[in-house]
This record gives sequence, C-alpha cells and structure tokens, in this order.
Amino acid sequence: MAIILTEAEAKALLTKVLSYSKADECEVNLIGEERGNLRYARNEVSTSGSLINQNLQVQSAFGKKVGVATIDEFDDASLEKVVRRSEELAKLAPENPEYVGVLGPQQYLKSNGFFDSTAKVTPDTRADVVAKSLELSRAENLAAAGFLQDNYGYSAMMNSKGLFAYYPSTNVNFSLTVRTNDGKGSGYVARGYSDFNKLDTAAATRIAIQKAKGSAEARAIEPGKYTVILEPTAAVVLLENIFYNMDARSADEGRSYFSKAGGKSRMGDKIVDERVTIYSDPTNPELPASPWSGDGQAQAKTMWIEKGVVKNLAYSRYWAQKQGKKPLPYPNNMIMAGGTASLEDMIKSTQRGILVTKLWYIREVDPQTILLTGLTRDGTFYIENGKIKHPVKNFRFNESPIIMLNNLESLGKPERVLSTESDQNYLIPPMKIREFTFTSLSDAV
Amino acid sequence: MNRRDFNQLIGMGAAGILLPNLPAFSRTVSPEALLEAGIDVAVKKRLADAALNAAKSKGASYTDVRIGRYLNQFVITREDKVQNIVNTESYGVGVRVIADGCWGFAAVVDAKNEADMAKAAEKAVAIAKANARLMKEPVQLAPQKGYGEVSWKAPIKRNAFEVPIKEKVDLLLSVNSAALQNGANYVNSVMFMVNEQKYFASSDGTYADQDIHRIWPNFTVTAIDPKTGKFETRNTLSSPMGMGYEYLQVNPADKVTGITTRYNKGYDMLEDVTAAAKQARAKHAAKSVEAGKYDLVLDPSHLWLTIHESVGHPLELDRVLGYEANFAGTSFATLDKWQSKNFNYGSKQVNLIADKTQVGSLGAVGYDDEGVKTKQWDLVKDGTLVNYQAIRDQVHIIGEKESQGCCYADSWSSVQFQRMANVSLAAGKTPLSVQEMIKDVKKGIYIIGDGSFSIDQQRYNFQFGGQLFYEIKNGEIVGMLKDVAYQSNTQEFWNSCAQVCDERDYRLGGSFFDGKGQPSQSSAVSHGSSTARFNGVNVINTARKI
Repeated sequence: MAIILTEAEAKALLTKVLSYSKADECEVNLIGEERGNLRYARNEVSTSGSLINQNLQVQSAFGKKVGVATIDEFDDASLEKVVRRSEELAKLAPENPEYVGVLGPQQYLKSNGFFDSTAKVTPDTRADVVAKSLELSRAENLAAAGFLQDNYGYSAMMNSKGLFAYYPSTNVNFSLTVRTNDGKGSGYVARGYSDFNKLDTAAATRIAIQKAKGSAEARAIEPGKYTVILEPTAAVVLLENIFYNMDARSADEGRSYFSKAGGKSRMGDKIVDERVTIYSDPTNPELPASPWSGDGQAQAKTMWIEKGVVKNLAYSRYWAQKQGKKPLPYPNNMIMAGGTASLEDMIKSTQRGILVTKLWYIREVDPQTILLTGLTRDGTFYIENGKIKHPVKNFRFNESPIIMLNNLESLGKPERVLSTESDQNYLIPPMKIREFTFTSLSDAV
Repeated sequence: MNRRDFNQLIGMGAAGILLPNLPAFSRTVSPEALLEAGIDVAVKKRLADAALNAAKSKGASYTDVRIGRYLNQFVITREDKVQNIVNTESYGVGVRVIADGCWGFAAVVDAKNEADMAKAAEKAVAIAKANARLMKEPVQLAPQKGYGEVSWKAPIKRNAFEVPIKEKVDLLLSVNSAALQNGANYVNSVMFMVNEQKYFASSDGTYADQDIHRIWPNFTVTAIDPKTGKFETRNTLSSPMGMGYEYLQVNPADKVTGITTRYNKGYDMLEDVTAAAKQARAKHAAKSVEAGKYDLVLDPSHLWLTIHESVGHPLELDRVLGYEANFAGTSFATLDKWQSKNFNYGSKQVNLIADKTQVGSLGAVGYDDEGVKTKQWDLVKDGTLVNYQAIRDQVHIIGEKESQGCCYADSWSSVQFQRMANVSLAAGKTPLSVQEMIKDVKKGIYIIGDGSFSIDQQRYNFQFGGQLFYEIKNGEIVGMLKDVAYQSNTQEFWNSCAQVCDERDYRLGGSFFDGKGQPSQSSAVSHGSSTARFNGVNVINTARKI
C-alpha cells in the first residue's frame, strides 16, 4: 500500500479499523508523510536524509476509561491488534473525569494546502535548488550554511459516531545563513511555502548575501530604548509567545498573562493598540491550514484580537463544558492584519531608529507579563533621516510583545514568514515600534 | 536546549494536548512490552554484517550500522489526576556510509532481515554518490581500531521500567497532594524514563552492544494571589540522571542541607515539593531586586545551565568551524584563540572537563555512535583554553589523531553528529564549604535552580534567571528576592570566578533535551560543579507593569 493514501483509501482503512472495535466509543487518527532534506555548510553539503512515516492511533473508551494505542503496520492482523490493545489499556485505566466523548459528524471548510510541485520533489530537485544557492555564495567568496526541507502527506480521522475528516498537505522550508569569510558580516533569509514552485533559492540567497555584506564592520551604539522596525522574521518570534498563551483554561485558572485579579480573564479587554488585529483562517490561500483539529472540531475563521481587544481564547471541549462556554479549538494558523506600506516606505518615514532583521534565542523571562529576552542576529542596521546609515552590533533585548504592540507606530504589508523558533509559518506584517528595550550589547556576529 | 519541545511532549503547552508528540516511528506498547528482551546480539551481528557487506560491494569506503531499540515511559499528572501514561517503543536501523568521499545516510523502520539491511545500505551509498557533486573536498575520517565484539551497560541498581506503574502514579499523586497542602494552587508532575538499547557495527571491525538508562522526575508548582491576580511558580530541584529508579530512593547522605535542601544522587521528591509549595507562596512577598552589580553564589542546580550554554556549546568544534551557522550558530572560541595557548577563558580557578564516562551522568556510554571508546579530557585548564569536542571527520583540524568519542544520534532514524559530552567545572582544590563562601560576600545573591536562559549565537552575551534567589548582605542571607536575572559575557563571567567550593559540594545537573542540528535532534547531557562565586556580575530587574 502507498504511504500517502487518497481520501477513499483512508476512509476504507479507517472503516476497517472501526469494524474491529468493541468499545463504547472509538476514534482513529491516521497520518502518512514523506519528508526529505538537504543540509549544507561551509559551501558544501553536510548531511541529507529522507523519512517515510505512517502511523495510526486508536482511542477506545468504556465510559470515561480511555486507552490509546498506536501502530505503524497496516495489515489486518496489526490493525485488529492495535484496537484490542487500546481496549485493554482503557479497561486498566483510571476514569478520566476530563473525557467528554467523541464528536458526531462535522462540516469542514475547503482548504487547499496540497501542491503536486512539492509532492514530486526528488533528491535531485533538492540538489539542483541548493546548487543555485551555492553558486552565488561561492562566486562572492562568502560562506553559506543552509537547510532545505520538504514534506508531503495527509492526516485523516474517523470515529464510531460517524465523523470523518481528511486533509492532504505539502510544505517546503528553506533557510540560509551567509557569512563573510573574516567573520565580520552575517545575513539570513528564510522562506516557507506550500507550493515548491514559489521557492526561488537564488533570489533568497541574494537577500542573505546583501545582508552579510551590509552587516560587516558593525558599530557599537549604546543600549537603551529605540524606535525599531521589525522585519516579519523578527516580529513573528515575539508574537508567537502571545499566541501560545491564548488558552482559556490557564487564564481562568489565574496562571497566565490573560488572567487578571479576582479570578477573571482579559477576554473583552483592550490589551494592545487598536490597529492590531490577529485572526486564524484555514482557507487563506497564502497560508492554507487543516480545516479541522486533531479531535475533529471544525476550524473556522476566528478573531483572536480585534482592534486591540481580546475576542477569543481557546477552550478545550472539557473546559468549555465546565465553564458553560462554546468549545474553540487552538487554531492551525495565525494571521496578523497590516497595512499597505512596504519595508522601504517604513524606513523612509523613520527619522532615527534601528532595523531588526532577525531575533534569536527567545525565552520567556516572566510569564505574568510575557516578558521575553533574546538577541538581534544576522543584520541589524541604524536608520537616520529615512536611510540605512550603517550596521550596528547586536543587542540583547528584554521586552514584552504586549508592551511592544501598545507602542505601535505603523504596520506594513503582511507576508508569509517562517518562525526560526518553531518552524511554523505565519502571515505577519513588518512593524514599527517605539521605545523597544535593548538592555546590553553583544559581540556576536 | 529546547524547553518548548518538552512542554509539548508532556502536554503542558498552551494547546493542552495530552498525548505527547511521539518520537518518529515509535508505537505505544504495554508496560510489559518494555521489559521484553530485544533482538539477540548474534542476530544483530548478522543483520549488521549484511549492511556492511552490501555497502562495501556498492563502493562504500566506510560504513557504520546502528540497530536501535528506544523505549520511553511517561507518567503525567496534575493535582489529583493522572493525565496520561504513555509507553513507546521504536525499533529500526540507520546505515551511514562514505562513498565518493561524501557521507550518505539511510534509515529503515523494523528491519528484520538481511534484505532490508542491504536495501538501506544501498540507498545510503546512492545518496552519498548523488551529493558528492556538491563536495569540494572528500571527508577525512580519523582512523579507528576495531574493538571486536564488546558491550557496555549503565550501572543502574533498579530498572525503572520494572517498577510497577502504580508505584510511580502513587508517588506523583502524593507529591501533588503535598504541594496542594502546603500552599500551591496547581501542580504538574511528570516521571520520564528512557532506555536506549543500541547496537553499533562498523567496517573498522567494532560490534558494540550497549544498554543506557535515564530518568527524570520533575514538577512545577503554582501559587496564585487572587487579590492581585499575580502568580508565582517553583520548579523541581531534581536533575535528569543517567540512573535507574534508585534515583528516587531517599537517602540522607544525598541531601545537601542549607537555606533549602538540594539533592545529589538520591532525590526526595516529597520533601522538595513541600518546600517548593511554601517557596512559591513566599515569592509573592519577596523583595523585588534592585538592579546593579552583585557577587553571585551559584548552586550546582543553577550553574549547570550556565556551563552548558557558555562552555559546552562554544567548545563544540563543528560550531567553531561553521557547520551549525544556519541554526545553533558559530562560536567566539575560534581556532586562533586555541592555537595561541594563552586564551584566558576564565580565572585560574576555572578547570572545565569534558567526560563521556562519569557514572550516573546522562552522557555516559562505553562507546560513542561511531565506535570510539569514550574518555575524559580537558577543555579549559587553570583558566586557559586547551581543547574542543570533536569527532572522527573533524578531529584532524585540531591536529588530533583520534576522535574524542562524542558522536551521538537521538534515534536510529537520525544521522549521528558531534554532540556535547558532559562538561563540568572541577571542584575547588582547597577545602571550602558554601557557608564559608557566603561568609565573605558583602553584597551578593545566592541563586538555586535553573530558570529562563538565553545566549547569543557565538556564545558571548547571556542572560540567566533561576528558581530561588536569596540576598546576601555582609556575609549573611537576609531574605528572598524576586525578578532577578543576570547578564554577562562568557569570558568576563568565567574570569570573575573567584572561588569554587570543594568536592563535598559537587553535584550533577543536566538537560534531557539539548537541541542541535537541522532537522533538530535532542541529546541528554550532564554538567557537574560545586557551588561557585562570581564577582561583580550585572543583575537586572525583570518586573514590568502592564
């Protein structure tokens, strides 16, 4: 059997698995994927690999006693065995008071995240597109280190109440660091697409080369509060920490930024500048995502922060039931609305500021305020009178993305961006922020 | 280290998923299945030989084969509930070759016969040949003698997988109950156990069969002040260890008493959580630190992470050379600094040692993942940089004839590469206790436990938090502080090291999840030290008003 099943094949396989079930409720999740990668450093290939994976997970429940078992072999005997094992584990398990039962059939939105161009990538295609990148760095006598990873696959699920879901998807991520041979300059670029045909490794490499050359001979300027322009690659790793915290249960329990005094949450509060709107939408053509979550809940377009106000927090089905709310699954993508200005326009309108192209090693210092620390990396520039004047040495910052979005000056045009911290893709605009807090200097290049 | 991966793994991430993201190709099994014997060593040798022969006949100049069975057990609880118990097993084979001067790697799940092995070997050779066109120079592999058929077993006293699940659940639920009784509003506790059964064979003639065990019991308690809406947490002071269930044996000799109890090779989880609940509550009333310069007294439960980030990583030769430039970064400790033989990494008190043999440590094995017998070596001697951590295809660059034996892959399905050995600060040579050290500090902060951590890509500028902070005034601990983080520069920091307590205080800390490489691989590593004093370090206040 192929690893990547069609919708009909997945349905047939899942129906067969459910036919073995003797439990009160049974739910089966299925995935299949093929991944390939090519890694290079010092202008030559260092490692490469490929991975083929398929996995089937069976959850059986007797009342509130739940057992889960998984298997990666799909012959009839194995399928029956995994169902029996999940049932045995369920019978042995203590009652899970948070088990809320499986969902009935759901309606899902259409989302196209599968592209043949990505599914058809071979080791030779990978070597070809990497060769295009290497030619440029070698010709400029710069040192390139990069990573190309593509995957295609599907996920599907079915349960004993008749729910069925299927979603095929593809993705390619490319990232590259180009350094000058004297170690004084370093530039970075990252690109993520669902459609491999959109990936232009030569164009991306030119950006990293430009940043590597432009960042050499950086000057030290005093740490302190500065107006910054964050490129989307820099902004996204800060915003992600807001997204991770948008959970109703931890807010209601009083242990998150979204909690407030008296056991309340910040739902409905204006927490950031009114130009900030953050939403999820599985059907966005630039950032397609699965229209269902792992427990079968439908994903719809959802406002999380609208005009600065907290509109929604994710409610698990258990927590929603306990609190008398509507369940809301954690989203499969995140999009921040922006304006129409280009990065160049934003630089032109800046009298004095710092252009930050990438941030690195982001860690939460205080969950109460989502205070984060980390450093600038691979190209940081001083702006004066609307022009980039010179590269500056890297800074460490201590800043909360909440405070940052209250100090918003302007937003540019959103673009698809790959997070260097989580490898997830988002749609995020470049943003200009006043009084961003840099706390020390770093000699790192 | 990637803590977010861990949080997702145990289901403490924001999404609140209860099933861990299982390692690639792993399947859940019954607890009993974890005790079943793996494949017989004679069969493994036969399978390995099939791959070695197939690769050679296709033109490989070097081949190694790793047949691995990886077992995990997680027991995850919160308050009075067991959230999940997961047992996983992953079995497969990874074959690595050099052909046409280039590395190639291929892995196969559930390889059961000679034909599967030969197919994986042939695929690895084909990949090596395809990629050879992108190489400028052929791989140079340090020679390694074959050891024949050898074996190594971690010296554990009680196999954690043999301990009934009920015993683990009962312990965690009583830990949670103690937390709630002593002032915590919430508590999450986890027991995480690993057994790697690894067989290595190479065309050099080594066949090494190894059995490795690791354990990490840990918790987080949260105390909320409903009036202010503020919350404080305190994490476990346990360490992940290369031990069996004997780590949870309460033993007075393994306790280090003082302002709070810390633990050596035996962890009293109930006692620690009781203290943690009270301390999380006490943090609400603690004084917010005044920013400025302080002398820091750093407990081993804290200092391990600073060693890991500011010594372990920058002295990895592959980083120094640029192989990690696109992700983890490069290093300030460039080859010219090492060649000068006079680069002051730290003060004269600073001796930093790499070690793949330390008993009870996470990094201890008999042979590394490219068949090199493990050892101990100096990285920084009396403050001077003397060496790096390097493996077979890079060690020639530092003029060494043989690898230092620190090559590792986190699964049979991942390709092995240079990973950090246990890197530790040697205990002070003159007798000195923690009390004696504190007595001499006029304006200082005593830090226990690891907290927030961040360091730049060349490992100069870092910032660390902690779990517990105590203000020292004129040789006395005068109270608890909060909102503390220190920022420094690696060379400046290690040169400010004024004293290291003697070996009576020596303990291991460590990480289960040190992330490196693309795709990212996770490695477990320990770092030992005694309490050490660092003078005049910059401390910032991390409180913010929102």
